[in-house]
Amino acid sequence: MADNPYTVLGVPQNASQDDIRAAYRKLAKELHPDLRPGDTAAEERFKAVSAAYAILGDADKRARFDKGEIDASGQERPEPTFYREYAGADPSGRYRSTAGHEDFEDISDLFEGLFGQRRAGGGGKMRGRDRRYHLDVDFLEAANGARKRITLPAGGSLDLTIPAGVQNGANLRLKGKGDPGVGGGPPGDALVEISVTPHPTFSRDGDDIRIELPIGLDEAVLGGRVETPTISGRVAVTVPKGSNTGDVLRLKGQGIRRKGGAGDQFVTLKVMLPDDPDPDLEALMKTWRENKRHDPRAKGTES
Amino acid sequence: MKFTEADVVARVETVTVEELRIWVSEGWLVPESADDGPVFDEIDVARLRLVCALRQDLDLADDAVPTILSLIDQIHGLRAELKALAAAVDQESETTRARIRKAYRTAKGWER
Repeated sequence: MADNPYTVLGVPQNASQDDIRAAYRKLAKELHPDLRPGDTAAEERFKAVSAAYAILGDADKRARFDKGEIDASGQERPEPTFYREYAGADPSGRYRSTAGHEDFEDISDLFEGLFGQRRAGGGGKMRGRDRRYHLDVDFLEAANGARKRITLPAGGSLDLTIPAGVQNGANLRLKGKGDPGVGGGPPGDALVEISVTPHPTFSRDGDDIRIELPIGLDEAVLGGRVETPTISGRVAVTVPKGSNTGDVLRLKGQGIRRKGGAGDQFVTLKVMLPDDPDPDLEALMKTWRENKRHDPRAKGTES
Repeated sequence: MKFTEADVVARVETVTVEELRIWVSEGWLVPESADDGPVFDEIDVARLRLVCALRQDLDLADDAVPTILSLIDQIHGLRAELKALAAAVDQESETTRARIRKAYRTAKGWER
């Protein structure tokens, strides 16, 4: 039988759900095994705390526990696996960082070249080092996906697939494309950081694409079919009669296409007058103003 | 074991595919990049669970997450070095190990 969950979390029987959550978070910050990689005792305590919170953090389960319908041990959750077990065992050590321990070399020549450097010592197997590259990709290539080739400084080249919808700053990892391993060890990886060049027309919002589309006064008043660019070419879109600057049309599925779904394109209309003053239009407007009294500031501009 | 984006989201129920993509683009996770999309392995999934725990259980703000991840990566880097060093010392004879032990205790100020 496990300990009373109220005791484990250190809260009174009448604690509110908020108090229970706060108590759990405080203990989790203190005990989470990934924040204490070498501390085995913390793991046991954290498991007890998690089990207690699994009951008390859920108002229904808590009520059933209070009524004695379930007991504290009846809530075993699947054994959590912590990151530290993988980080400690991963032979590639690709997330491990040994940056910034050069100061150790001042203490002893034992440390010279020890940290972070992989030297072929004693014929041991050693994984090759990762190589970092940088690649500029234009907006449409990033949106639609592309095949790219990087020419390597040391000669040779690296082919990579830019997945559709890649984000600015994303890191692509190409397995085995880094430095060769030593003594029969596996090669390192190539890490390619992607910079996406902005586009003058399109902008991105997740998998959705946004553009501002100029329309003429006649198209705004009368409506009609106009062409709009999309990331995969031009398409015709219907501007409804009486459209205004700021109105948004949604082109379903014309955003970034991925496996299992596509984003949309949102077109924000912008009514544009002709570049040069037009006498006919002015004459029409004079008549219109005399006959109609429309005040566009009647609402929405209260001060 | 290798996982696609969809596998990962199915396994780690508290994450959405949008969040996963953002965290990958932030570099919190660095899955292998294959022709038909990112490929995650078990360490990536465990790291993803850690990110979820940091944000949900520990209630950390998004901008604190990379700081914590970087510190955790440094701890694991240091632990790996320490283990390698300990393994190297372990290869030595008992006399040498005793000498190292003594020198260590002196360095710590426990012995003179």
